[in-house]
This record gives sequence, C-alpha cells and structure tokens, in this order.
Amino acid sequence: MAKDSIKIRMPALGGQGAVTAAHIAATAADTEGYFAVSNPFFGAEKRMAPSESYARIGTVPIYDRGEVIYPDIVMIYHPQVITMGKSYTMPFYAGVKENGLIIINSDVDLLTDTDKKILDNLNVKVLTKDFTQFAIDEAGTELATNMAMLGALFGALGTVSKPAIEEGIKDRFLKKYTASGGTATLDSVIEKKFKKKMDLIQKNLDTASAAFDLTAAWAKEVGLEPMLEAPKK
Amino acid sequence: MSKITDMTATHNWSGQKLVSADYMLFEAPRTKHFMTGSEVLKEAVKRATVDASVSYPITPQSEAAHLIGELWAEGYVGVYFRGENEFGVMSEVAGCSMAGARTITTTSGPGTLRAMENFAQWSGTRASMQLVLMARGINSPLTIQPDNLEVQYLLETGCMIWYAENVQELFDMSLAAFAVAEQPDVHVPIITAVDGFFVSHTREAVMLPEDDIALFPYNPYKAPLPPIDSEMPPGRFLRDPFVMKSNYISYATHASWQWEIRSAVERSKPYARHYLKGLVHVTGTEDAEIAFITCGTASHQAKEANRELEKLGVKTKVLKLRTIRPFPTDEIIEALKGVKYVFVPEFNVVGWLSNEVKSALYGKLDMDIHAGPRVAGGMSMPAEAIIKEVMEKINPGKGA
Repeated sequence: MAKDSIKIRMPALGGQGAVTAAHIAATAADTEGYFAVSNPFFGAEKRMAPSESYARIGTVPIYDRGEVIYPDIVMIYHPQVITMGKSYTMPFYAGVKENGLIIINSDVDLLTDTDKKILDNLNVKVLTKDFTQFAIDEAGTELATNMAMLGALFGALGTVSKPAIEEGIKDRFLKKYTASGGTATLDSVIEKKFKKKMDLIQKNLDTASAAFDLTAAWAKEVGLEPMLEAPKK
Repeated sequence: MSKITDMTATHNWSGQKLVSADYMLFEAPRTKHFMTGSEVLKEAVKRATVDASVSYPITPQSEAAHLIGELWAEGYVGVYFRGENEFGVMSEVAGCSMAGARTITTTSGPGTLRAMENFAQWSGTRASMQLVLMARGINSPLTIQPDNLEVQYLLETGCMIWYAENVQELFDMSLAAFAVAEQPDVHVPIITAVDGFFVSHTREAVMLPEDDIALFPYNPYKAPLPPIDSEMPPGRFLRDPFVMKSNYISYATHASWQWEIRSAVERSKPYARHYLKGLVHVTGTEDAEIAFITCGTASHQAKEANRELEKLGVKTKVLKLRTIRPFPTDEIIEALKGVKYVFVPEFNVVGWLSNEVKSALYGKLDMDIHAGPRVAGGMSMPAEAIIKEVMEKINPGKGA
C-alpha cells in the first residue's frame, strides 16, 4: 500500500555525490508537489570515507530529521559499503521496513543467503546493478553514477516525473550553491571533463532518464507495489 | 551586487528599502525557496542591515560564516573579518557591538567553549549582539555531529537564548532576535540556537520576503549604555571597574548589576511573545494527558512521534519552547493543564532541558516528568525511540 511518506537512506563513499543526489532528489520531489527534506551526515571529509545522505518525501509535512534509522528505501552507492562496513549501520539493510526497496550499485551479487532470507521475509525487493558501468556507458564518466542512482530511485518509485528530476538537476547545477571545498573541487573537475556546463547537465539528464526507464521496467517485472502516494496537487 | 551608497532615511547603504521588523516578519509578501539552514541565515543577515560580523571556521557553522562573508563582499554587511580564534572572535564582537554596531557571529561546539568567558562578559556590557549557535557535540570522543550539551554551558551567562526548530524558524528568529535584543529596556545579547546538521545542512522549503528590503539600522543612542567613542571608553563600568568599589555609585551598581541583567532578560518576554507569536508553541491534541516538552530538532521528532502515536490511539501534545532564557514557565504551566505525563526528549547526555523543566515546575505542578528519551554524541533520535519510551511508561511491562 502506498504510504503518505517515505524515508530514503543513501550510504555512499566520499566523492560519489550522494549528498548531491539527495539534494536533487528532494528538489525534484518538491517540484513535483511533495513535502521533501534532504540532509547529509558525514565525519571528516575524505574521498572513499563513509558519507551518508538522506531524503524524506511525503504528502504530509516531514518532521523527522537526522539519520534515517528505519528506511523504506536503501540505496547502496558502492560495494565497500557492504563489504567493508563503510556506513553508519550494519548490516546495510538494518531497520529497513516491510515492503521496502534496496538498490545496490555493484557488479556482483553481495547478498548472503541469510540476507536474502531476511529481506524476503520483509518483502523487500532488491536490485543489484552496476550503475557505475551504466554511468560510464551513458555519460562517459563514472562521476555520473549518482545521476544513474537518482534516476533509478525515481524510476522504481514512479510518482516523481522526469521533468521534475530535470528541474532538480538544473537547479543544482545552474544556481550558485554552497558546497564544501571537496565538493567544489569535484564540481570543477566534472565541469572541465565536459567542457561546457550545458553538456554536463544534458549528460546527467540522459543518464538519470535511462536509469529511470531501466528501473521502471524492473519494478513492473518484479511486481514492486507503489510505495508512495501521488502528490496532492 | 548591491550598490554601496550612504544610508538615507528610506534606504540603507546597499540600496535596500528600510522596513520595520513587523513588516519584515508579518506583512512582506513571501515566495518559496528550497535551501539549507546555512543558506537561509545568509538570507536573514542580508535583510538585517548588519554593521559588523566576525567569523572563525568550525563545522557545522563554517558555511554560514562563509556566506556572511559573501554578503560583505556584495556590500550588504558593513565590516567582516576572520578572527584569530573563537575567543578572539567573541571579544571582537563585543568591541563592535559596544561601539554601536549591529553585530552577528556564528559558532559551534568546541568554538563555543573556547570563547566561553566572553558570553558572560557580553551580557554585563548590555550590548545587543547576536550569536547564531549551530550546536555540535563538545564531549569526547570528538564529534562534529549535532548534540546540544553546549547550550547548558550558556544558560547562566545572562544572554537571552532562543531555539529555532527548522530552516524557516532560523530565518524568522534571527531577524526577530535583533528586534527584541535592541529594545532599550531589554538590550542584552541574544543567542539564537539551532541544532547543527539537522538545521544547518538540511535542505527544505522556506518562505522568504524579497531581498530588496532590510531592517531599519540599529540606533546605539537608544542603548542603556552609551556606545564607546573617543570620549566614552568601553563603558564607564569598565573604566571604573565595579570590582574597585571606589565610590558609592560603583559599589551600588556592582551590587545590583547582575540582577538587572537577568531582569532585562525577563523584560524581553512581551517583545518575544509578539515577534515569535508566543514563547511556546503547542501542537497535537489539546486535552492529551501526555505532553512532550521540547526545543529545536527534538520538537520535530516529538511531532513525528505524536503523529504515529495518534495512529496507535495514544493522544499527545508537543510543547515547543522557543525561548530558553527567559524560561517560559507561565506558558508551560498553562499548556500542561490536565496533563499526567511529561516527556522531555533531548539531544544531549545530561538532560539540561528536563532539569530546567523540573526546577521551573517544582512546587507548582505535580506530575510525572520523564527525563527522556535522550541521545548523545551526534546520534539521531527516531520517532520510534520516543514511542517506545512513552509506551513503556504508560503501559509498564507491555512495551511498545
């Protein structure tokens, strides 16, 4: 049954852009007419160190703040989150709610038989896919992994449209935002790589859009029930 | 980029039209934005005709401090510089404020403690500076995460302390703070607290007035003590220190001054009631027998718990304290009529808010005040933790 609000946990590694992804996810959901909040949680800022971000989306005001301890959706941005425990919760699906969803960016299946049994009992659907390779194929850089993950989220969810995602991505890259030194550096690296900012945005949009289609089809195939009510417009 | 001009009767130096705090907070048309607490503080300072700001970086307030610096570069803030450390910053803020400047600064956790002597010093000067405190853990093991234990250390400094719940409240409160702190019969420093990360780094919808308006400038000649200048050294009481007890006036002033500072904080109540629309906000079921007394993010978590408990058939209400100094005892007593159980969820290890509540209610109300749940060191407090504690209390042995 579709809920009035959902909580999304995104354990990632520093530099992968999970903070940016949660930011865009919340902006897109806000554009679509939802109440939405995003926030990051991290220790010392270091590449490859654990860094989590969270998005909460609902048709009711969102009060809950901080880490998402009981998520509806868990998005694992890097295999090391699971294999090396680079996250703030272990196992990576700790607290996941019934009828939930887990998206794992990995080229191999990382779930043990016990994991599978537990998640199956909770009716949690799991999609393991190499979204880094997907980003390389679509955008020509692994730096677009977060855009692939973002598209994957909304494709599975089904209630936030592509135009709203586009709005979220454009808002993030065309407005002036405060970011930490590390993120600002990464932004400039990405910009150089794509030469022009508009190219970058288009590549990001294309990657998110392709991932959206992929998970929308997957959700249909595995019978993923609608998780979130449509926005009250 | 704003244009730098002389202040006129109608416009400030950056060309913004001058408006009253009432117009800014209650009447000016607003539009929706989507931003973090750090970003929204910049928007508030931009509309506050701020004369001076001093900064020093420490997570999680570094972005806010940086953004106020951008405002200076854009011509909205008169003076901005980076101090040598937090003790230096807060001393320099005292200097700016005593010289008659509307002054704002920000700090967090260990920075607050490093600067601590200054806050008690600030209130003694009766200057009206604003500190925006983005609370962070101060206890070892080292953490950069939200934990508001540091607020307990500030409670008896003689400064006003307000607590904002979210990004929207941070905007409105940091503007209202100047309006209240600068009242001639109040005129004490104000600390506007928010929880670090939960507010500073959280991005959400916020309604803002246009940025072509700003508060009327501060008028230091309405202050209880004259601003320092070449004729007036830093407050007569600093030139002729009370401690010298060199004549009857200095002796009598010394005897009464600390009481006077606390009276001034109490005198802020009617102004705060007006600009904050009440010192305590009550939500939930009016006739509930269970109440949460909260401030900051804990209010948010209690509201989430309130909504979930309602689904379980348990009625609760949430008292959100917006001022901690002055402490809104009368409002709390009024809101607790008919309540049997009080819970005080907090983001610190000691439970300073529950201690405050207990001492304020002692001998006035007889009810079960449960000091919890509490989390510390930067842990989050899911509504589930609050619900569990409530159910165990009202339904012993049966659990949630």
